[in-house]
Amino acid sequence: MTPDPEPTPAPAVPAPDEAGLAAIEAVDLARSYQLDGVSVEALRGVSLRIARGEFVAIVGPSGSGKSTLMHLLGCLDRPTTGSLRINGVEVAALTDTEMAELRNRTIGFVFQSFHLLGRTSALENVALPLVYRGVPKAERLRRSRAALESVGLGHRLEHRPSQMSGGEQQRVAIARALVGEPAVLLADEPTGNLDTRNGAEVMRILDELNGERGVAVVLVTHEAEVAAHARRQIHVRDGLIELDTGEPA
Amino acid sequence: MRSREAFLMALEALRVNRMRSLLTMLGVIIGVLSVVILVSIGTGAKNAVEREIAGLGSNIILVVPGQLTTGAAPTQSRLDLTDVAYVRRVVGNPAKVTVSLQSGETVRAGRAERFATVVGTDENLPNIFDRPLARGRHLSGTDVDTRRRVTVLGSEVADRLFGDLDPIGRQVSISGARFRVVGVYATVGATFGVARDAEVHMPVTTAQRLLGLSRINGMAVGASGPDEIAPLQERVLSALRERHPGEQFSAVTQTQLLGTIGSILGMLTGVLAAIAGISLLVGGVGVSNIMLVSVRERTREIGLRKALGARQRDILAQFLIEAVLLTTIGGLAGIALGVGGSLAIQALTPVPASITWWSIVLAFGVSAAVGVFFGVAPARRAGRLDPVVALRAE
Repeated sequence: MTPDPEPTPAPAVPAPDEAGLAAIEAVDLARSYQLDGVSVEALRGVSLRIARGEFVAIVGPSGSGKSTLMHLLGCLDRPTTGSLRINGVEVAALTDTEMAELRNRTIGFVFQSFHLLGRTSALENVALPLVYRGVPKAERLRRSRAALESVGLGHRLEHRPSQMSGGEQQRVAIARALVGEPAVLLADEPTGNLDTRNGAEVMRILDELNGERGVAVVLVTHEAEVAAHARRQIHVRDGLIELDTGEPA
Repeated sequence: MRSREAFLMALEALRVNRMRSLLTMLGVIIGVLSVVILVSIGTGAKNAVEREIAGLGSNIILVVPGQLTTGAAPTQSRLDLTDVAYVRRVVGNPAKVTVSLQSGETVRAGRAERFATVVGTDENLPNIFDRPLARGRHLSGTDVDTRRRVTVLGSEVADRLFGDLDPIGRQVSISGARFRVVGVYATVGATFGVARDAEVHMPVTTAQRLLGLSRINGMAVGASGPDEIAPLQERVLSALRERHPGEQFSAVTQTQLLGTIGSILGMLTGVLAAIAGISLLVGGVGVSNIMLVSVRERTREIGLRKALGARQRDILAQFLIEAVLLTTIGGLAGIALGVGGSLAIQALTPVPASITWWSIVLAFGVSAAVGVFFGVAPARRAGRLDPVVALRAE
């Protein structure tokens, strides 16, 4: 492992044997877009390090670059410059196929609009990441059932998204994010489409998973109340980190 | 992702969009159906004509005066019975040469009458043509030599004039002359639209006197084997040209007829298949169009699948398999309907239809290929979608 250019406090990691291996490590990340020939800089040099098992909120107003940052952290996009390591793997050097495999094995996504496949049962929605991993069907269903049970939906296996409430749908999405046992769970405004009660329930589940499973949760939100769940907050504005409350000691 | 998973996933997607899948397939179904049916009709027609030609008899050479080209005016015959005797000497086997003089006449028996083709011929006709008898006898050499007024009726004429009665020994009247029926031919059907069952045969000598003619229409020569046809044809032609300097004679063989008609009908079948092929192509464009719509409609789904770890080739495979499934299922349905349709046509209409395996293989192969060809562009577009953009799509 290369020495950190920016010294950070020692991370609190749940797995001692892998101590020092950060879940996410970004150095000077920049991302610019070409819009009608004009270069727009969405991110202008962001460095951060998120240890395993952390619960981090990325906060910022719309247009701050937090969505761009989330896409980069989720390996959905590549930085224009800078280095990004996910679970120790340098993303810049990966091919598209390797990126897809990294997403599949290392990252779980929870979206604001759930992004479940309609007309497909909860169980099969949850099993989808394992399909792309080549896990045999019986094993897939077993693990999907367990994941749904862990979010309290053991009784909703065969229901379709249209037959479930928004809160239940988001819990299915969380189960899908977890079924592949990722190192990082990226949640993009996970409560944005939910009422207060369901939103609170979803946050409780995320808290619980973070505590029990040691999966790093990165929460992207513009709501201070939601961000307050995280032990660490990173404020993004104009493509730069404005404030980082820092990794807990 | 395993290929079986991709296959099941595509099948599921088609099942979910049942109505749209069916309508998309319809283009392919109709295309394949028309290929199978039109080719089977074309082939059936060809087979029927070939059967007719072969049904005449074997190794036959037809000799007629004049140039035998399509559209040429009929030539006044210069052939008469002395030419027949001459050709018999040239051929060396008199029994293998027969003669024909034809005229349309009304044949009566009592009150019943039937317009028939009167054919003046001789005792050698059954040696050359397949003309089985239903009852009675053929014309004999004596009938010809003594100009007897005897006749052998085609089955249709016999039925019309005598119904259930046995015509043998009864009288018919042709052009005011009375004839005794000595035989009735078995039903043989039509050849080139000539209703051979509506013929009435009589000795050529009797026919010449009846019609007041000394000429004949033509001769038929039977070769002893397929290898004999060409040399014999040449020998007869050059002998006739020598005898009548400056005049044209033609000799056609069954093989030549088969070749000409076969190639015309083959071309016709090809044109029909090509027209049907165009509709298959249009069906393919329909598949491509629907797949593009489907990719656009499912952009978010594609984005999600990519976020969850689907590789470019997984997405490409999913959509390509969908397109190929659409066209192959459509192709199979089209083949089933086409075969069913051909059988129905064969059973219910006089149109001869003959299903050919190559049209089925071709139609299926083309429809599968159409799926791949027209599915690739939409599938590639799907595979290349940027997940960030795709996830944001409305």
